Amino acid sequence: MQKTLKALLGLASASTMSLALPTIAKADQLTLCWAAWDPANALVELSKDFTAKTGTEMKFEFVPWTSYADRFLNELNSHGKLCDLIIGDSQWIGGSAENGHYVKLNDFFDKEGIKMDDFVPATVVGYSEWPKNTPNYWALPAMGDVVGWTYRKDWFERPELQKEFKEKYGRELAAPKTYDELKQIAEFFQKRQIDGKTVYGASIYTERGSEGITMGVTNVLYNWGFQYDNPDKPYEMDGFVNSPDAVKGLEFYKALYDCCTPPGSSNVYMVESADAFKSGQVAMQMNFAFTWPGLHKDEKVGGDRIGFFPNPAEKKHFAQLGGQGISVVSYSDKKDAALQYIKWFAQPDVQAKWWQLGGYSCLKSVVNAPDFASSQPYAQAFLDSMAIVKDFWAEPSYAILLQDMQKRVHNYVVAGNGTAQEALDGLVKDWTEVFKDDGKI
Amino acid sequence: MSSVTSAHSVVEPSPTSKRIAGAIVMLYALITLIPLAWIFLTSIKSPPDSISYPPKVVFTPTLEGYCNLLTTRTRQTPEYIASLPAPTSTCDEVTRKRNMVIAGPSNFLPRFANSLVIAFGSTFLAVSLGTLAAYGFSRFRVPLAEDLLFFILSTRMMPPIAVAIPIYLMYRELGLSDTALGMILLYTAVNVSLAVWLLKGFINEIPREYEEAAMIDGYTRLQAFWKVVLPQATTGIAATAIFCLIFAWNEYAFAALLTSGEAQTAPPFIPTIIGEGGQDWPAVAAGTTIFLIPILVFTILLRKQLLRGITFGAVRK
Amino acid sequence: MVEKAADATARATPTSVAHRVRGLSDRAIAWLFIAPTITLLLAINIFPLIWAIYLSFTNYRANRPNAPVQNVGLSNYERVLTDPDIWQAMQATAHFVFWTILLQTVIGFTLAYLIDRKFRGHAFWTTLILIPMMLSPAVVGNFWRFLYEPQIGLFAYAVSLVTGIPTADIQMLGNVSLAPWAIIIVDTWMWTPYVMLICLAGLRSIPDYIYEAAEVDRASAWRQFWSITVPMALPFIMLAVLFRGIENFKMFDMVTLLTGGGPGSITEVASITLKRAAFESWATGRASAFAIVLFVAVFGLANIYVKALNKVKQR
Repeated sequence: MQKTLKALLGLASASTMSLALPTIAKADQLTLCWAAWDPANALVELSKDFTAKTGTEMKFEFVPWTSYADRFLNELNSHGKLCDLIIGDSQWIGGSAENGHYVKLNDFFDKEGIKMDDFVPATVVGYSEWPKNTPNYWALPAMGDVVGWTYRKDWFERPELQKEFKEKYGRELAAPKTYDELKQIAEFFQKRQIDGKTVYGASIYTERGSEGITMGVTNVLYNWGFQYDNPDKPYEMDGFVNSPDAVKGLEFYKALYDCCTPPGSSNVYMVESADAFKSGQVAMQMNFAFTWPGLHKDEKVGGDRIGFFPNPAEKKHFAQLGGQGISVVSYSDKKDAALQYIKWFAQPDVQAKWWQLGGYSCLKSVVNAPDFASSQPYAQAFLDSMAIVKDFWAEPSYAILLQDMQKRVHNYVVAGNGTAQEALDGLVKDWTEVFKDDGKI
Repeated sequence: MSSVTSAHSVVEPSPTSKRIAGAIVMLYALITLIPLAWIFLTSIKSPPDSISYPPKVVFTPTLEGYCNLLTTRTRQTPEYIASLPAPTSTCDEVTRKRNMVIAGPSNFLPRFANSLVIAFGSTFLAVSLGTLAAYGFSRFRVPLAEDLLFFILSTRMMPPIAVAIPIYLMYRELGLSDTALGMILLYTAVNVSLAVWLLKGFINEIPREYEEAAMIDGYTRLQAFWKVVLPQATTGIAATAIFCLIFAWNEYAFAALLTSGEAQTAPPFIPTIIGEGGQDWPAVAAGTTIFLIPILVFTILLRKQLLRGITFGAVRK
Repeated sequence: MVEKAADATARATPTSVAHRVRGLSDRAIAWLFIAPTITLLLAINIFPLIWAIYLSFTNYRANRPNAPVQNVGLSNYERVLTDPDIWQAMQATAHFVFWTILLQTVIGFTLAYLIDRKFRGHAFWTTLILIPMMLSPAVVGNFWRFLYEPQIGLFAYAVSLVTGIPTADIQMLGNVSLAPWAIIIVDTWMWTPYVMLICLAGLRSIPDYIYEAAEVDRASAWRQFWSITVPMALPFIMLAVLFRGIENFKMFDMVTLLTGGGPGSITEVASITLKRAAFESWATGRASAFAIVLFVAVFGLANIYVKALNKVKQR
């Protein structure tokens, strides 16, 4: 016994000793924080050029989406020095600008000749500006992203299925143009036997913990006419958030969830949705465009078997914006080196390579290049989607607004409590309270 | 006559009842160990095997989960992979079969190291401070000692999230956020109340005459404490240390809220292990297995002290 | 009891027994030994607690350090106590605490009773049973997510094998009526051994002569169980209930990783609501008020319970 104890104490003192050694912060090393996803791996690859050119080593801190906002907002609010550079979500921009987490980039852009006019306007507004639509820049658009759809082209092209579908619905089985069509197709595939396996209609976002179900629901609701507030009177939400059309949209989302998703779809976000598609369970999948390059490369469902289409329309035509800008964290000790990284990243040839590696560049010269649309099978769907984007609140209180929406819509769509009208009425009430607390109304 | 039967039927249960009791307990133990066995089995499955239905019990074991746990990988074209020189390690080989190449080490080992440093560091501190304080409370008259002890212990009733709110603000001011030192101090503070309370009981059991005899022999109080009391209290100290260690090793809430990278421990890290575009369950299982092994070893090696600590702790209150 | 006796001796002995001995005075040693612990506790336990109490009367938000901090009186408390979401969270917590305690006590006591039959190899099997409670609820809870997967998980497979229900219908984490039970099952799996151990200590504290006397009176085994075993072990069972109750009242890690409070808010226990308020909404003032309310509630309930416990002990 005494031996064990001594060993234990020895180990303990050794480990405390090792703490005493100062951790020498390398000046020529930068830490970049982002989400753990395919584009992040592409960025690691791309950044090797930066290291080769400047000698500055890059360290990466990638966190899965479901804990990304939680972890990094916590890090920023605790004034931590973990991240020198951060690719923060579009909705964080308000809070990060107002609370001084990000370095304002206007002077730097002017000095280095980086022009925001060179970037796709929707991404500049979405990822860089606060307040919105004013020339105050807190980030460089880094990764364009938008919710869209993939489908199993190989299934859609089977003659027997095409024939059956046409007999039943009187039109061709093809990528849907409206949500009603999408639901029909999903119902058509639901619980169908394909190659001896039961398959399901569609995979949609239902995740509760972070932002999943909100991204999915807004992506659909916009097309029914959902608006965040009165365009003429900011923060007036009654009759917009809970308009009869918005209620119909939410009812549609629940109907789609109930009829056409695979079993166990109660907590689905990007990873799970991509998984459902990859494992051959679903005919269609709602997901951010970033998943497309990876799925296209997939051995089982990629190549000719996968097709892409932008968000279907209904009364209106919109798609939920995703994506991020890259910012310098104001608590970092290496702000200058971090700015050098942004300067390097903004160069047209680096941006072109970024697209080749699987990142979505926001630079006009890349996406407007004549051969862009044909450069990848998903490029056209991406361009079409980026033309119709709309984003969630980017207010400093966005996290509370998001939480309220997560709770209200998950409670209705997944848990099946109450009606769509009650859920959206409750949301108006919650949001009004938030803006009252903020002194905005 | 009755005394004969009583010796059999009361104090010593009948062989049949023993056998039945044994069978039920064994069945319970085996059922509750299935999830743990499943963690291990999943860790040596390939990702497709891990998600096959019905769940596979017979499969070809692979180290892919462990490779995926310890590395980060990027997807490449088969042509590119064919152009590479021959693989240098098992992991290289396994990874290339999936059309990927190893880009670098993952964050698992640094996080695991953080767990070691923070758990052992805080245990060492909590037990050292706790032993001193317990001796003080046990042997000297300390004003308000009982109330103080009770109050100290009652802070353990606070939900960790509640404690974390002011600690978060305090650490932000002091620059202790996301540092190993901050986590060690926090875990020490949480553990020291339990340590004092347990150790006071153990030290109370050591007759004071021992020290007094030593002091009459010319030892100072400090020498007597060091050379007489401490060796006697070894078992108690060990039992206490295991408790502190288990708490610090397993703790999640504080670690998730107060660390983000540099000092992050394994518990908040392991749930965030994902594969390329999908949940990589073999890698998660591999991380879980590696993380559980130290505690399993401790439990089995030190089960007597552990049992004593648990029952002792309960009985004393 | 041992402690009480030792304390009595400690007080009876003059503090100055060794006053003539060289070195530091006893008084100095006492403070030297106790001071570091007290300092640490003041810094990391008491001071933050006072700070939290102060914050609970303000509108402070940790993510807006530059905004002016105002005293808002009791309005945070008023809001916490009238917030339907918080009451829902309290209900979810109560449901969780009640059922975990009930199941763990019944199974734990039964196991302890069986192990107390002292069959061959009982020590070995006891150690095996203990393993789940040593493990990290977060790390193991995370893995249970995999076991609960309806399509590929072992749990759904086993249940469907036994009951014949199709696995697609066994959505432990996605179904509103099953999710609360999903977390209860995992907690029971983990912590029954703990209750079992304490009950075992209780059973072993019953002296043999009581049973012998009962045997003389020809009391049936059934009667012995209800009139000797259960009442004598009751203080221990109550202790186990107390410890598990406090622990599960604070539950955060396992539930967060299993369900994240979903579906909807059906498994959102108090700590998750508190975490959302404090570290997602960053309503630090209101969250502090909620934290204080929780602390007072658990502290108050525990004290009432301890009084009851002492009454049982005295009987």
